Amino acid sequence: MKFAVIQFPGSNCDQDCLAALRGLSGVEAEYVWHKETSLRGWDAIVLPGGFSYGDYLRCGAIARFSPIMRAVMDEARSGKLVIGVCNGFQILCEAGLLPGALVRNRSLHFVCDMVTTRVEAADSPFTRGMPVGTLLRLPVAHGEGCYYADAATLRELNERQQVLLRYCDEKGCVTPTANPNGSVENIAGICNRERNVFGLMPHPDRACEERLGSSDGARIFESMLRSLATDRAAA
Amino acid sequence: MKVKVIVTPKETVLDPQGAAVREAMQHLGFTAARDVRIGRYLEIEVEGDAAAQEPKLRELCHDLLSNPVIEDYRLEMPNEKS
Repeated sequence: MKFAVIQFPGSNCDQDCLAALRGLSGVEAEYVWHKETSLRGWDAIVLPGGFSYGDYLRCGAIARFSPIMRAVMDEARSGKLVIGVCNGFQILCEAGLLPGALVRNRSLHFVCDMVTTRVEAADSPFTRGMPVGTLLRLPVAHGEGCYYADAATLRELNERQQVLLRYCDEKGCVTPTANPNGSVENIAGICNRERNVFGLMPHPDRACEERLGSSDGARIFESMLRSLATDRAAA
Repeated sequence: MKVKVIVTPKETVLDPQGAAVREAMQHLGFTAARDVRIGRYLEIEVEGDAAAQEPKLRELCHDLLSNPVIEDYRLEMPNEKS
């Protein structure tokens, strides 16, 4: 399976993503520069973390107009798997591929920590094989990771089970103290209505080996792989 | 011609920066500060007839300069009273 890792000026987790993906068997991963205009031939698209365009104006606000984003939008609409991590999540929201927005952490502090997240829906290509309630320990590192959506959007997200991950404590309880950034309803990651675009603030790419403190992040990428393999077998 | 754009967080969006500044104001004795909202101010030097370019400017305000999910904007054209 071929994964494209998009590089924007200011991306800084592109190498983490590439290394994490190449560590999985059956994955071919390469960088794709943001000036490129086509993503044909790739099975999945990864928007990595970092500070694209220095976070100027708003996080992801300028990157969403990079030439490659037209291709990302076209491929996303055609059903291709797209995952955005941290700044990648911010870009997906700015581009309108995911609802809501990410704003300044409620504490105003940059948070750099290991958090626990709870899988909230198992029927997505990103959480396949992880029953609801599965706990994933993943690192976060962001200043603008407070997820915001208005009441109507939030209701829809919940009704359609688009919230895939919530911040929780070690026992899996979704509590205010387990929320690192003030995200509404402890939301850590959401998918679109069609369930092929996923954005999350925690970094699965930085948690793919036990020696990094957790290998739970690999489960998300493995889930994508399984989904792609199933789709291919069905085709 | 100079065009001004003022972007502010929507009422429903929490503004922790504004809250921190309000607290600082209260520390400095200005207890009348009830609410502070922090936004963004842009001055755009536009060549030629700015009024003719207002539709494009509005589009830019909506798509790039503000995020309508969390922010409101106000576009001030040169000959308008602010």
